[in-house]
Amino acid sequence: MTRTEFWQGNTACAEGALAAGCNFFGGYPITPSTEVAEHMASELPKRNGVFIQMEDEIASMASIIGASWTGARAMTATSGPGFSLMMENIGFAAMTETPCVVVNVQRGGPSTGQPTMAAQGDMLQARFGSHGDYSIIALCPATVQEMYEMTVKAFNLADTYRVPVFLMADEVVGHMREKIIIPDAVERVPRRELARGTLPFHTGGDLAPGFPQFGRGYSVHVTGLTHDERGYPAATNPKLHAALVQRLVDKIELARDTIADYDIINPDAEDLFIAYGAPVRTVQQVMHDRPKEKIGFLRLRTVWPFPEKALSLFKNAKRVLVPEMNLGQMAREFERHTKVSVISIPKLGGELHTPDELVAVLEAR
Amino acid sequence: MSFDEWYRQDRLPHIYCAGCGNGTIINCTLAAVDQMGWKKEETVFVSGIGCSSRAPGYIVTDSLHTTHGRAIAFATGVKMANPDLNVVVFTGDGDLAAIGGNHFIHGCRRNIDLTVVCMNNQIYGMTGGQGSPTTPMGCTSSTTPYGCTEIPFDLCELAIAAGANYVSRWTSYHVKELEKAVKVGLETKGFSFIEAMVQCPTAFGRRNKFKQVADHVEYLRAHSILKAKVDRMTGAGETVPEGLFVVGELAKRNRPYLGAKMVAKTEAKPGEKS
Repeated sequence: MTRTEFWQGNTACAEGALAAGCNFFGGYPITPSTEVAEHMASELPKRNGVFIQMEDEIASMASIIGASWTGARAMTATSGPGFSLMMENIGFAAMTETPCVVVNVQRGGPSTGQPTMAAQGDMLQARFGSHGDYSIIALCPATVQEMYEMTVKAFNLADTYRVPVFLMADEVVGHMREKIIIPDAVERVPRRELARGTLPFHTGGDLAPGFPQFGRGYSVHVTGLTHDERGYPAATNPKLHAALVQRLVDKIELARDTIADYDIINPDAEDLFIAYGAPVRTVQQVMHDRPKEKIGFLRLRTVWPFPEKALSLFKNAKRVLVPEMNLGQMAREFERHTKVSVISIPKLGGELHTPDELVAVLEAR
Repeated sequence: MSFDEWYRQDRLPHIYCAGCGNGTIINCTLAAVDQMGWKKEETVFVSGIGCSSRAPGYIVTDSLHTTHGRAIAFATGVKMANPDLNVVVFTGDGDLAAIGGNHFIHGCRRNIDLTVVCMNNQIYGMTGGQGSPTTPMGCTSSTTPYGCTEIPFDLCELAIAAGANYVSRWTSYHVKELEKAVKVGLETKGFSFIEAMVQCPTAFGRRNKFKQVADHVEYLRAHSILKAKVDRMTGAGETVPEGLFVVGELAKRNRPYLGAKMVAKTEAKPGEKS
């Protein structure tokens, strides 16, 4: 039997993690994500899981990577300043192909900025924040229901692709309360174990190696150095480095159609909104208020890798309108994938776009 | 099984310079691990960045060679998620006391059941000999060309003050004592910290008038003073000479700790967490 609750987004995120089998949370308090940690602190011990409050976000990220190598479904939650501190170890997770989930309930930056106000200013940091080339997956929830469902999905994607997965929420979605329907059970995609006798970083066609869990006799050496298929350092081998980094990128980018998650509304419209996260709600309001107009809407749940195929489905599009709570971070990415004019509708300050603000751009033909 | 069976033979030879003391410390540690009767598949070595941190790559267990300074934070995740694993951390003075200082303090405070072996060569060896938080005053490094003007850390005092259950210091000269100390560290529940003073002929010795490796090892021997002797002298009201470092078992206690094994869970005393 499903049940209905009236929850805050951060609670839904934590409950989604628990439903997905998350059994390790390492975190550090930071507004506006703290409720995720608090809920995990309360619930994990009841389920033989581990909650640990680390000394900073660097250590939080380190702890979930360490936990993940023992087979745990591990997660942390943070906001901008903590996300910045996590960047080096996020790169380590990408390089060592460690499944883990990082929730970023975004607030206004840069620096300490607006701790209690919403923003989407970390969208490019999520993709490119650590040094070197790599790829990750980032999901953007727009409702409390999605905070739950997409946290579950984040764990499954992390284990499937052996990559850090980001739930890029924002203060609006994290702190708002709304109705949520809790399913009886959620889909859990297990981490594929390394086949015995296979080199630990040898991959087949799917580009993600099987997982040699610590404590099971694989004798695996895990290093952030450029490594060969044995996991041994090979940092001065140019060809090996190029092949490794290319594979780390390809395993995500070549799977973008599989990872893609979006809704398409009115694909034959001339005016097209693209939105992710909280601004989705304002676009929905505009469409609701103007039922007679054909307004196209590409609603993204997976933001990285950007599902560019979805854009090409809007054959008649003449304008792409992109409301974001930043200065047009993703609009630039969308621009790369279309010849149609992309109009960024940036908003800073911590408040959602009002419907009127979107209508003004819509009507300024 | 002898301790050399813990080495990953196909990774040898190692990267350490001729005359480096790190191999001595790794040998002592593996000898102690071997005496514990631990299974390889139940043992994990974790490290950060630097010469000392390359050690896990030469050991045939699961191992995690992580980012600079963060080994204890990674090890905390491993140990908390699976307390049945025996977790040993290799680190150095720069990795542990500079960039990783916060994690070191909090590892001690949590008193998490890890054994941390620090190879203190008083220099950044891998990057070519820059001053570290343990470079003695007056010593020359590539970033202290006119002599170090900062007071060095006493890592053991730090560990004791922060709450570690077991703390000892020896040198690459004191191999038997060091091996024994590591073993006690492995046996002791909670955070065990063993500091091993080591010679670094390439980056430290050659800039600081140690023409031969043996000169540096002899310096370490001659400048160490036994804890028991310090206690005796202090008790007798004598002044302990300056410029020496204390060796021996500096702390052994039984404070509540984190990361108890699963089997011990049911018998955990109040205050113990698992």
